Amino acid sequence: MHAETAKYVSDAMHYVAWIPGLPFLASVITLVFGRWFIRDKAHWLPCLAVFGSFLISLKALWDVIHGTWANFDLFTWVAAAGIKVGVGFQIDPLSVMMLAMVCSLSFLIHVYSIGYMAGDPGYYRFFAYISLFTFSMLMLVSANNFLQLFFGWEAVGLCSYLLIGFWYEKKSAADAAKKAFIVNRFGDFGFALGVFLVFVFFGSLYYQDVFSRVHEIAHETLNIFGHEVAVATLIALLLFCGAVGKSAQFPLHVWLPDAMEGPTPVSALIHAATMVTAGVFMVARCHQIFELSPVAMAVVAAAGTFTCFMAATIAPTQFDIKRVIAFSTLSQLGYMFMACGVGAFAAGMFHLFTHAYFKALLFLGAGSVIHAMHHAPDPNDMRYMGGLKKYMPITYWTFLIASLSIAGIPGLAGFFSKDEILASAFFSQYPWGKFVWAVGTFVAFLTAFYSFRVVFMTFYGEFRGREVLHGKEPHESPKVMTVPLMLIAIGAVAAGWIGIPEILGGGNHFAHFMAPVLGHPEFHVPEGFEHAEKTLEFGLMGLSVAAGLLGIFLAWLVYVKKPVLQTLVPRKLPLVYRYLFRKWYWDEIYLYLIVKPTLWVANIFVGLIVDTFVIENTVNGLPATVRVVGGGLRRFQSGVVQHYALIMAFGVVALFILFHYYF
Amino acid sequence: MPFSLLNLKALMPEIFLVIVASVMVLLDRAVREKAFFFWMALVGTVVAWLLARESLDLHFGASYLSDHYGFFFKTIFLLVLFLTILISPGYAKREGFHFGEYYGLLFFAVCGMMLMASGTDLLVIYLGLELMSLSIYVLVAMAAGDPRSIEGSLKYFLLGSLASAFLVMGLAVLYGKTGKIVLSELAGWLTSDKAVLTGILFFIVAFGFKVAMVPFHMWAPDAYEGAPTPVTAFMSVAAKAAGFAALGRIFLLAFYPAYAYWVKLLIPFAVLTMFVGNILAVVQTNIKRMLAYSSVAHAGYILLGIVSGTKEGLSASMLYLLIYAFMNIGAFATVVLMQREGRVGESIFDYQGLAKLYPVPAFLMLLFMFSLTGIPPTAGFIGKFYLFRSVVHAGYPIIAILAVLASVIAAYPYLRIVMLMYMREPEREIKLAPSPYIWLALGLSALGVITIGIYPGSLLTSVLASVF
Repeated sequence: MHAETAKYVSDAMHYVAWIPGLPFLASVITLVFGRWFIRDKAHWLPCLAVFGSFLISLKALWDVIHGTWANFDLFTWVAAAGIKVGVGFQIDPLSVMMLAMVCSLSFLIHVYSIGYMAGDPGYYRFFAYISLFTFSMLMLVSANNFLQLFFGWEAVGLCSYLLIGFWYEKKSAADAAKKAFIVNRFGDFGFALGVFLVFVFFGSLYYQDVFSRVHEIAHETLNIFGHEVAVATLIALLLFCGAVGKSAQFPLHVWLPDAMEGPTPVSALIHAATMVTAGVFMVARCHQIFELSPVAMAVVAAAGTFTCFMAATIAPTQFDIKRVIAFSTLSQLGYMFMACGVGAFAAGMFHLFTHAYFKALLFLGAGSVIHAMHHAPDPNDMRYMGGLKKYMPITYWTFLIASLSIAGIPGLAGFFSKDEILASAFFSQYPWGKFVWAVGTFVAFLTAFYSFRVVFMTFYGEFRGREVLHGKEPHESPKVMTVPLMLIAIGAVAAGWIGIPEILGGGNHFAHFMAPVLGHPEFHVPEGFEHAEKTLEFGLMGLSVAAGLLGIFLAWLVYVKKPVLQTLVPRKLPLVYRYLFRKWYWDEIYLYLIVKPTLWVANIFVGLIVDTFVIENTVNGLPATVRVVGGGLRRFQSGVVQHYALIMAFGVVALFILFHYYF
Repeated sequence: MPFSLLNLKALMPEIFLVIVASVMVLLDRAVREKAFFFWMALVGTVVAWLLARESLDLHFGASYLSDHYGFFFKTIFLLVLFLTILISPGYAKREGFHFGEYYGLLFFAVCGMMLMASGTDLLVIYLGLELMSLSIYVLVAMAAGDPRSIEGSLKYFLLGSLASAFLVMGLAVLYGKTGKIVLSELAGWLTSDKAVLTGILFFIVAFGFKVAMVPFHMWAPDAYEGAPTPVTAFMSVAAKAAGFAALGRIFLLAFYPAYAYWVKLLIPFAVLTMFVGNILAVVQTNIKRMLAYSSVAHAGYILLGIVSGTKEGLSASMLYLLIYAFMNIGAFATVVLMQREGRVGESIFDYQGLAKLYPVPAFLMLLFMFSLTGIPPTAGFIGKFYLFRSVVHAGYPIIAILAVLASVIAAYPYLRIVMLMYMREPEREIKLAPSPYIWLALGLSALGVITIGIYPGSLLTSVLASVF
């Protein structure tokens, strides 16, 4: 399957280093000079840099399509006994697709931010951070070794922290940033252990070395507390810990909804399109390891399926427009892991690709709405919106396109990728494939319902926000925001066309493009259907489309036709409604199971004993000691040259005493 | 040694330096054009380096060998000389230096250093050391209008003479017992004979003085503070590097058979140097004194490479000296930039709020301070990392731990400057004394600090290859 590894060359495409390089330079310059010199022109350099990266990534894409794959070290970063790691790039279909996707979206979101962030006191800071993020993400996806992957992994986490807490004077934002960072620690700890294990068993951190020799660990086991555990399972699950944290899968999903405290362009770029999908990318990149372990595959599928379902049940109960979209992101990330969990890595990546466009579009559309509502006490609350269609036509149409795309309406991007996942699950060789498919199809219905709930609540009916806006009318956003919306809308429609399945007359180019890296999942046609495979596939497709249409219809019924139905569930099933509205109580569970006990231990043990006795004394005592010692020693520096000579003489005497002591 | 091996070509760079230096001193009164000396010195430096490269692998009898080890150090000296020349003109003009004398003395000093780095017998090394020292004594006293300059110079001279006396004493003992002065021949004669080992003690004292090892460092703060700032920059790096060049060759070549003896004597002094230097740097408020103590502490770190006694250790010391050249000259260049008149720019409180008024110099200073502290991704981190690693590999993990602790203390004085620059509002009016040459020097230093910090790989290999 991977005979193509010979395809990689080390002496070509070195220009790809500029792809992360340009945003990095822009970020540093903006950070250093932004505050006092560049100020309100801070957007120029980052925008130009990312546009440059975008052009270079297109060139890279062109080269890869024409058969040049590159794998080279730019320079050696760490060279110590037994370990050598470089800053290097592995450019193949998988990474080049990510590069092009990240650069294109990042550029458009940079431009959008010019309008969205205009007048913010931290204007330069915003652009410096978001460029730094772009650099980190590009380093992450183009790495040729695990250490650089880890570097990018942590760097995007840091940028995410900085940007969620961008308005740090707001307590909720600072708290959300902390939450995101701390929750991710749990995942990253496992991830780091996974990388260590890779090094222990392969003696190298380069993808090429590891993946070409991956069969060596197929039958290795480790004894952990008396249990024999397969090494492949252990490595895969530890790496997956990182993915669970970064991609916000159950049980570490709690940070993502809160992360919506950050500016909306950040939600679009980091918490929808790119960073949160890094987990999926990593699993796909390491798929050889995961495929060795059915246990790990089952865990991936289970986490994905559960998160997908759970998030889709919470989304319809929320009123904050960004939170609904955040839960929708959780759910869609679940889809991607479902695909990975049934071995359809290319399908997962395909959904990652299309999702990036339509979900970024949803967030930016929501941002445009929030921009219009920003005088309201809570500009995110959909209960004060409604009827915005007539005030903000461009926002409305682009938002509608994104919603149709996510609902899986045929012809749009979301349809092709979701269908690919569901079909791959149904025909999967893994026993849990059918179950994954069933849940996925049901969630397709929920997805359509909650997505169109947002559309109808925001854009249809009468405008309900006159009072909170004090009679002012909402208005369309400036061109610098709407033009990126329209451009991304093209992606939300057309991104799927590169992967139209054969059955619909397409060539499924995406899967073929990825096949040399990600392989082809085997299709297992159920017994009795050997001759009706096509019919079966069409049937499945029809079923998921029907589920989507049903969801849209139901949303229309409840939120446009008969608004009285809105109170039906809260009235008839108050417990269920409350349970969903409170997000399954995960935050509360964690509060009592983890946060409170930790704080208790921290207060009693650390706070009283360690802090007061050990740290206080060290922190206050040591510098004081240094100062006292320094002050004392200083007295020797009397300025009198005879004293100096005397001290030298003492030194000589000391030397002789030592000499006699030793010999 | 047959005289047919006599080859003056090996000495071309030194001869060239002496000629240029003499011409400059002679023309001092005749040529009024200051720029003439400036450009002559810059070009002379570059030519000297080219000649040094040309003379590689040649030797002059058994007394002088132009090997890669020597060439590496010559590169450091000439690099430091080049940067020093760049930061000098404004300062020298203001203080009314005679340009010809000033550059001429710098050239003489570098010539002495080159003899120390490439000398392979004790006498040549001693002569080089004296040439260097005498030139620097005068350079320290260059700011004749400032009594501290004269005072520093006199102290340095008196104590330096004492140190030289110890060196000659050591030389006499060794020669008296073995009858040899050529380093490679001396190695064969070293026995566990106590008299011979005593000779080594004197060498520790003399070179300890030159590199500012505690307790032979007392001259350093006074001389550093009193000397004109460009001279301080020059001597803090180049003279130290020269001391280590000779120390490395003598101890790891001639005295290597007695390694087990002298290392035990050197260790306590190296550790003491790191701690005393850093602790005293904490209480300074004059930036030149602070950097003087920091230079003492750095001598302690660099000694660790000698303590390791391995190729790896020596190459780590060499690499650190190169890195130290970039970061320390950079820091002093920023000080020169701040010194518009008199004592301004010497108190650390003059740096308050610098970032707000002049973000570029502040950022560069931050870079150099981070590097001196040893924070990645600056070169200082790489340098410390390889030094400490070599000590661990040589079997002294405890010393590595002590060194790390000492560098924790060091973070305070350096980061205090950064804190003052970035977190305080400016209180006094700050005016810079800029010139394109200082910017060039700052740029080159910053480039060195960053490039080596991120990309140490190939440099490390080449340093390792140039150990004798």
